[in-house]
Amino acid sequence: MNEVFYISATVALVSTLAAITGVNAIHSLLYLIVSFLAIALVFFTLGAPVIAALEVIIYAGTIMVLFVFVIMILNLGRESVEQEKRWLSPGTLIGPVLLAVVLLAEIIYLLVRNTSTLSGTGAIQPSELGSALFGPYLLGVELASMVLLAGLVGAYHLGQRARPDETDDERKGPPE
Amino acid sequence: MASISMGQGLLVAGLLFAIGLIGVLARRNIIFILLSLEVMANAAGMAFVVAGYRWGQADGQIIFLLILTMAAAEVSVGLALALQLYRRFKTLDVDAASRMRG
Amino acid sequence: MLHLLFLVPLLPLAGFVLLTALSGRLSRAQAATIGVGSVGLSALVAVPVGFSFVISPPSGDAFTQTLWTWIDVAGFKPQIAFYLDSLSVIMIMVVTVVGFLIHLYSADYMREEEEGYGRFFAYMNLFVASMLTLVLADNLVLLYLGWEGVGICSYLLIGFWYNDPANGRAARKAFIVTRVGDTAMLVGLLLLFTHLGTLQIQPLMQRASEQWVVGSSITMAAAGLIMGGALGKSAQLPLQVWLPDAMAGPTPTSALIHAATMVTAGVYLIARTHVLFEMAPVIQTTVAAVGAGTLVLAGFTALTQRDIKRCLAYSTISQIGYMFLAVGVGAWSAAIFHFMTHAFFKALLFMGAGTIILGLHHEQDMFKMGGLRRQAPLVFWTFLAGSVSLAALPLVTAGFYSKDAILAGAWASDAGGRWLWAAGLAGALLTSLYTFRMVFLTFFGEVRTPFHLKVGIRLWLPLVALAFLAIVGGFTDLPQTLGNQPWLSDFLHTSLPATEELATGTVLNLQIVAALVSLGGIALAYLFFMRSPQLVESVVRTPVGKALHQFWFAGWGFDWLYDRLLVRPFVWVARANRNDVFDQIYAFIAWTARIANGILSDTQTGKLRWYAAGVAFGGIVAVAIVVLI
Repeated sequence: MNEVFYISATVALVSTLAAITGVNAIHSLLYLIVSFLAIALVFFTLGAPVIAALEVIIYAGTIMVLFVFVIMILNLGRESVEQEKRWLSPGTLIGPVLLAVVLLAEIIYLLVRNTSTLSGTGAIQPSELGSALFGPYLLGVELASMVLLAGLVGAYHLGQRARPDETDDERKGPPE
Repeated sequence: MASISMGQGLLVAGLLFAIGLIGVLARRNIIFILLSLEVMANAAGMAFVVAGYRWGQADGQIIFLLILTMAAAEVSVGLALALQLYRRFKTLDVDAASRMRG
Repeated sequence: MLHLLFLVPLLPLAGFVLLTALSGRLSRAQAATIGVGSVGLSALVAVPVGFSFVISPPSGDAFTQTLWTWIDVAGFKPQIAFYLDSLSVIMIMVVTVVGFLIHLYSADYMREEEEGYGRFFAYMNLFVASMLTLVLADNLVLLYLGWEGVGICSYLLIGFWYNDPANGRAARKAFIVTRVGDTAMLVGLLLLFTHLGTLQIQPLMQRASEQWVVGSSITMAAAGLIMGGALGKSAQLPLQVWLPDAMAGPTPTSALIHAATMVTAGVYLIARTHVLFEMAPVIQTTVAAVGAGTLVLAGFTALTQRDIKRCLAYSTISQIGYMFLAVGVGAWSAAIFHFMTHAFFKALLFMGAGTIILGLHHEQDMFKMGGLRRQAPLVFWTFLAGSVSLAALPLVTAGFYSKDAILAGAWASDAGGRWLWAAGLAGALLTSLYTFRMVFLTFFGEVRTPFHLKVGIRLWLPLVALAFLAIVGGFTDLPQTLGNQPWLSDFLHTSLPATEELATGTVLNLQIVAALVSLGGIALAYLFFMRSPQLVESVVRTPVGKALHQFWFAGWGFDWLYDRLLVRPFVWVARANRNDVFDQIYAFIAWTARIANGILSDTQTGKLRWYAAGVAFGGIVAVAIVVLI
């Protein structure tokens, strides 16, 4: 089982890296889907089968599809690939890599210092998850639904297209 | 189930987080930035799941659920914003929306 | 009768207040009535008060009238109090009478003045009020108040025609130069108060003579500082540079302030604090030396002047030098005597010069005048009366008696008396010379500028009155050889120390020498400026003569010296400090804030990724804290 964890973790890291440094949006999305699948496998080895399933369904299945839809709507074309190539030069990477490396170093230091070698006991059953959701975490569930509602309304409003006879600026209304 | 030490799990989560961070800071296309944000959220959730696994409780997974919900809502709003950005500035360059400078 | 004393300074002050409050709403006649009337009423009170004092002197030969306590704090308690003794009686009588005559004269003289008529009388009234406060003051604080009052009035009146910036400069010069003296005087007052605990004059003198030692450094310091103040106000060396430029003011101002009264305030101050000076012989001798030097120096300069008013100004400096010489050798009453006669004839000369200037349409260059003897006979005769008095023509003029008293005092002095006497004598020769140069150039010879003036009573009455006093005033103090009726000296002995008496023979000899010098000066003047002026011109054309002439004309180079030594470095420093070094410290703080603002503004790039990087950086810092702790 440990090897599954290590292999899928490696796959996840590599494909994420490829997704981040890609120039074609659709290709990056596909790499990311692979990454999420690998992460789902990691969750499975960590005793969270429900979460693994949800990861695939929601993250890879919904969110990434949303991305695909938007990219299709935008209808970017070939020049966007050229643009991305121009924008992603080694010079732009230096700062972020530095920051990320420093952060990583701090985290690794903490992990090395404090970590215990205790390992897990077993998989968490779905029934256990369900009881927790309907029990102590009921409020959290309700709040989550509210977040989704807010996201729905916000996405609807922000995604609105201007009517044909007025511009986007007019739709905004008079400036305050 | 595998017997992974918490340190290793957290290490994976940390690495993913760092990669996502690099993506957020280094890319100019808003779609890629949102993508990287998703990676970061996922990595944070993974850290919770690893912690839940270590303690043998369901709490870590529930928190991951909440994180997932939030990420979904965030993505929908974020993509709507990206559409608006494209409509207004005719480009997906996030540096174009820098009227708040100074 | 004596209790009416407070009216003497109050009436001119009331005149000032009235003229200021109603300024702009008064007609010329009304303004003149208030202005002249207030001083006239003051004279009308002062003269009977004076006579009452003479006829029935109060006990202790002094009368004090306290009005109220001015300040009362921690043992410092100056009061508004007027002190009348023989010295101040003389002073107030001269100031009010001469002041009244000058005010009367100026009511007509300032006929051309449009908007400033009332303002002029307001300032003149304030001046008379301040001068009277000065001479009547019971304590040195009130005296200093009057001192400053006359200073400010001098400034206001010199710069009366303020539209011309040159007048403003002259006024500022006068104020700043006298300020140097005033500061010395203030330090002296502080010194006296700190050591002796009071500034009331009579107790102060008492305590000084009891507590201080003759010739000690503290006495010398106090006396020296008081002398500094006197030097400034009385335009003596080295602070004499302001008086010639002060002639930029109207002629009545020059007559009143810069001839008869304000410039003699220094002499009065020294006479009042005579105890201090007697206890510091070095300082007293310095006073005499300064007086002697000034009178010779100014005499030479007066000889070369072209402007009639400047000539009279240098003459004033010279004559006050005589007064300083007198107090310096201890001839106190002689100094006051000379003050009185000088007030008469100098005011007369200034008013006569003013009449001439007015009649010649503001021509002041003597070389452009001439032959006015026939054109303005009244002015000529009164001016002549003043001139012979100034030149100390023997026996018939007031100037002779007073100047002779001073020369006798100088001869009798222990500290270099012979030198001082010689300087005084040389000064007398120069005085006759330049005075009659003035007379001959202005009134004799051919007419170069015609004279047109309606001379009303307000113009000729003061001239005639002062001419009379300039002749007759000397008979108030007849020396041993000529009647031996020293009324004035005896009167003044109640407040000033007595002068050493010389042997009658010595006095006679000195008088003869002085008389000869005076007449000789007149004769030389006649020779040089009437008979053969080409002699003078040929001397002036030689290189030595030319250099000397320019040197004397420029007042022995004092203006040049002060300009190089003081004015230019000061202006240079002021310019270098244009941005105000200390202000730059605060400007630096503002600059730092601006720079910081700029830096922080640059961090607001408006770019999303930049802000995200900021968040990441903050996260690193937060984790770092966990790592380190």
